[in-house]
Amino acid sequence: MSADTDNHASHDNHAHGSYRSYFIGFVLSVILTAIPFYVVMAEVDISLLWAMVIIFGLGAVQILVHVNYFLHVSVGAEDGWQFMSLLFTATVLVIILAGSIWVMFHLHENMMPAHDTIRRVRDLQ
Amino acid sequence: MTTIDTRSPDAGSYEFHVFEDEHAHDDAAEHHHETGTMLGFWLYLMSDCLLFGILFAVHAVIGQNYAAGPSPADLFEIEKIALATAFLLLSSITYGFAAINVQQNNAKVMSIWLIVTLAFGLGFLYLEYLEFSHLWHVGATPMASAFLSSFWILVGTHGLHVTGGSIWLVILLVQVQMHGLTPENKRRIMCLSLFWHFLDLIWIGVFSFVYLAGVLL
Repeated sequence: MSADTDNHASHDNHAHGSYRSYFIGFVLSVILTAIPFYVVMAEVDISLLWAMVIIFGLGAVQILVHVNYFLHVSVGAEDGWQFMSLLFTATVLVIILAGSIWVMFHLHENMMPAHDTIRRVRDLQ
Repeated sequence: MTTIDTRSPDAGSYEFHVFEDEHAHDDAAEHHHETGTMLGFWLYLMSDCLLFGILFAVHAVIGQNYAAGPSPADLFEIEKIALATAFLLLSSITYGFAAINVQQNNAKVMSIWLIVTLAFGLGFLYLEYLEFSHLWHVGATPMASAFLSSFWILVGTHGLHVTGGSIWLVILLVQVQMHGLTPENKRRIMCLSLFWHFLDLIWIGVFSFVYLAGVLL
């Protein structure tokens, strides 16, 4: 077994975690939730880009925290099928999300605004 | 399972020695030797994940088409979303405590934690109901704009999942009351555990993307 799973087993009593591991996950989640909410609610004076980085970056980290401390996904569980199916799903999700946003953003950009279209049609005459 | 074959020198035939996987001894949890229900349920969750992924992609594409209607900044009350998020996060840790007591065969304590989980879940659903009815009354219906269509379908699908999970939780509480912590009931409780934590995970995406980023963009 890999070092990672051994580590996991040493502080967890079994595959379903301990009070300690749930508590660590909970505290991390509270911190990772509180920061983006604070940024939005207190209208902290930072650029929009940085606000987005904080919201989505910490959101992604929190998802990983949940996967580890609450869902207890480990590389060795179910002969590796759990982890493999998770990786597969994550890959498909990245393709769906990034692909949709990319394609539709360009479609939107390349749609000619109505007044431009009207002017071009007039110029043709 | 690892199978090692060795050719025995005299007979010229194969002997098969079968060793148990070391890891199976480590966590010795009975569901690993059961039917594979947990893995099957996990695969269902992954397919559900794809469903939500598609709804998120739709929201990413049409979520800013307000059709001269209200925008997220006009509609969303972030304080209430923060409270709903807190409820769901608390319900996740209380379900974790229930899961620990399942392993320790402590039906009474487990039931108490499940009831606490249910209370937080219902609190979340009540807040969502208040939000939806408020939106409906101010005219922010799914029919108003593309943004509101995708908002209602995404947040509504998550809310329906939480509703389903809560009903499942009530049924399990009755089952445990009637039959105790039988292996079947333990398995069901662990399946719902995955489901419940998964819904909290989806909610991270909802509050980050739909609410927090929506209000700022």
